[in-house]
Amino acid sequence: MIPATFDYVRAGTAAEAISLIGEHGEDAKFLAGGMSLLPLMKLRLATPSVLVDVGRLRDLSYVRDEGNHLAIGALTRHRDLETSDLLARECGVLRAVAAQVGDNQVRHRGTIGGSVAHGDPASDLPAALLALDATFVVQGPGGARSVAANDFFEGFLETALAPDELLTEIQVRKSGASGFAYEKFNRRAQDWAIVGAVAARVNGGTHVALVNMGPTPLRARAVETALTQGASAADAAREAAVGTEPPADLNASPEYRAHLAQVLVRRALEAI
Amino acid sequence: MSVNGTAQDHDVEARTLLVQYLRESCGLTGTKIGCDTSSCGACTVLLDGESVKSCTMLAAQADGAAVTTIEGLAQGEQWHPVQTAFHENHGLQCGYCTAGMVLAAVSLLDEIPNPTERDVRLGLEGNLCRCTGYHNIVKSVLAAAETMRAAK
Repeated sequence: MIPATFDYVRAGTAAEAISLIGEHGEDAKFLAGGMSLLPLMKLRLATPSVLVDVGRLRDLSYVRDEGNHLAIGALTRHRDLETSDLLARECGVLRAVAAQVGDNQVRHRGTIGGSVAHGDPASDLPAALLALDATFVVQGPGGARSVAANDFFEGFLETALAPDELLTEIQVRKSGASGFAYEKFNRRAQDWAIVGAVAARVNGGTHVALVNMGPTPLRARAVETALTQGASAADAAREAAVGTEPPADLNASPEYRAHLAQVLVRRALEAI
Repeated sequence: MSVNGTAQDHDVEARTLLVQYLRESCGLTGTKIGCDTSSCGACTVLLDGESVKSCTMLAAQADGAAVTTIEGLAQGEQWHPVQTAFHENHGLQCGYCTAGMVLAAVSLLDEIPNPTERDVRLGLEGNLCRCTGYHNIVKSVLAAAETMRAAK
């Protein structure tokens, strides 16, 4: 399968990338690792007229200690997250979730920014970042702005990013080396989660987020509320499907996904 | 880009995938197209030493990089230890997945020189063998790891 024709331009800096995307209009797309976009283009579900390759913006590949939070460059690959000692120490949940994305080959190319900007509810990292109350720094022609993870994922593959905005940095507070669990359920190795549940102790509370239980990654707010009211892990987990809109597909019905969410949240809560 | 140590320079359409470039522009047909959806790993090559799926990468993205395909793994007549281990342990049946398996294994052993069986199975999750010959593939990779450690 070959993508439809497009023009390819390579950006040397973030500013150049934003100016190039502005120049080429709404049919232009940023290309990072390409692990989400290229498969869609090969199936011709996406047919951008221009690709602005930001894959070589190496200055956007980093994990930095910024005192009370960590700053992660958008072009940081899953492999770099998976092997980051700083991340393992200060935000173990993100390291562990990155290690479960796709397979080795995918993690050698895929980036955290690409995964977030794609906004797929079945992806691992967006849900983890939602659980962590991450902040996304985006740059546009008018300058930079910050968007809370909670406001970022707007619909299926839809985010708060304007077409001419580039996600440049992800900020997460430090949540430590332990106190988290990621339960990813799938039937085939390397596949997307049929349902996934991330639980993490953050800032004295327990945050829970769900993968593939609606058009966006979701926080399991009813579970979190039950926990703050003193419910046991098993009792709180019964609330896991509240407010979700699980999709139906070849793998699972909405009812089965609701069941999975409850089981996976219970397992995650019992593990932390 | 450099392919197996040789400089390659071709003008191609922007939409040319790395696997097409290797097979059609460079004439290196050892890299196979299997599922064509980045699931099966038959098209795995090394990009600057790391395994990638060449069906899900544009040739333009590899511009300037060093690519290694199965044709470039042996040193002259001397097979790579992973190739030798696949040969000795019958790590292939029909052979279609083999080039990708071998290159994925080379990358894995570079990252984890002393893997457990579980490390190998997880590390090769992006490579499918439709003959289901996984048992001997895992055995081959573990044998190669031992040879490579002994050689150091």
